Amino acid sequence: MSSLENLSAPMITARKAGLVACTHCARVWPRGPGSCPRCGAALVSRDRRSLSRVWAWWWVGLICYIPANLFPMLETTLLSKTSGDTIVGGAVVLAMHGAIPVALVILLASVCIPVAKFIAVAYLALSVQHNWPSDRLRRMRLYEMVEFIGRWSMIDVFVVAVLSALVQLSIVVSIKPGPAALTFALAVVATMLSARSFDSRLIWDSLDPDPDPAPDTASLPVSTNDPAPALAGAQKDIRP
Amino acid sequence: MPLPDDIDLSELIACPSCDALYRAVEPGNGERAVCERCHHVLIAPVDGAIVRVVALSLTVLLLLVTAMFVPFLKIEASGLTHSTSVADAALSFSAAHMFGLALGVLALIIFIPIARALLLLFALLPLLARRPPLQGARTAFRLSEELRPWSMAEIFVLGVGVALVKVADMARVELQAAFWLFAALVVVTVLQDGFLCRWSIWQALEGRERQSPAADAEAEPEHV
Repeated sequence: MSSLENLSAPMITARKAGLVACTHCARVWPRGPGSCPRCGAALVSRDRRSLSRVWAWWWVGLICYIPANLFPMLETTLLSKTSGDTIVGGAVVLAMHGAIPVALVILLASVCIPVAKFIAVAYLALSVQHNWPSDRLRRMRLYEMVEFIGRWSMIDVFVVAVLSALVQLSIVVSIKPGPAALTFALAVVATMLSARSFDSRLIWDSLDPDPDPAPDTASLPVSTNDPAPALAGAQKDIRP
Repeated sequence: MPLPDDIDLSELIACPSCDALYRAVEPGNGERAVCERCHHVLIAPVDGAIVRVVALSLTVLLLLVTAMFVPFLKIEASGLTHSTSVADAALSFSAAHMFGLALGVLALIIFIPIARALLLLFALLPLLARRPPLQGARTAFRLSEELRPWSMAEIFVLGVGVALVKVADMARVELQAAFWLFAALVVVTVLQDGFLCRWSIWQALEGRERQSPAADAEAEPEHV
């Protein structure tokens, strides 16, 4: 069903072929600095600064996520008495009112997903930095999941927005966003940027060591027999 | 492992997730070409995809612009009522002195989805009219793809649902037109992402553009 044709019997990567692939439009070009002539995105064979960006955003996210859990997300004024609800507190109140599925959605989106995301991104970055031999396909799945699910954490910010716009019944009851809404939104954005900074091609690189790290086409004639056994050996690794 | 010299780079496709290199062969309608190594979907053409993506972009634009000007939700409790628009929801943060967040939320639920629809229309409409793409069409398409994760209308709709449950036992909430427009937007966005095969659109954006120099080349012999 796959109608892609392999270029050679063992898998070959664009880097090994002396080319550089555009991660935005999947076109390949001869190596050399610059941007993709087709779509204009910056071209890098492997983004060596990718991991520093991942960690920078990761820490920003974590620093924002801590106050997001300590301060109130919502400030409810009921008959001139104001009370604040943190993320977990709000979910507990919902669950006590019997709305258990909704409480679970909030806990999942605002606690489980962000925490799991911090762990997953750190694990992916460390696994690449230290060449951990864990299953590459599984790490790839994990990365795709992080990319796909991460944005859903923003749901709690929207809940706060809708509630505080809607519940404005003069002096009887009104809801105002609390300071945690801001830090929580920043934490979600930072973790999204952290995950997007990760160059997933790095996961696969240990299968296929760079023949020559310099982005120089002069190094192309590497002996053709050499990479094949190396690749075959490495592929045995990933099958448990 | 150098490739043969005569290879045409435009026939190749490299997996953006793992860098595996293939010769791209377009699969049949509705089929998918998947990277063997990391299982990333590389090509998933759908017949008439460009027409559908353009039609859906127009729908998104219409839904969002309308949603901005019609009532969204109305709350009623013990004789008091209060109604709110979509923009009010985002701007509620500015009442709490979080202006940046108010603008950010407004962007995530309205401006970015509108920008994506406009960029897609700009990039793809000329292709429908069988004209060469406009200058900047490719940049526009790349930007629209980069904005994709930041377009959060569907997450907003789920957020509205959760908020409604939260106030359900406190007050009666009436769902008004803008709510249903946003609900429709979720369906349209999901459909649109399903039809949008990046590789096919890049081929179209590149192929049609390349036709003009080719046409020039054909015209040249007449000169000589």
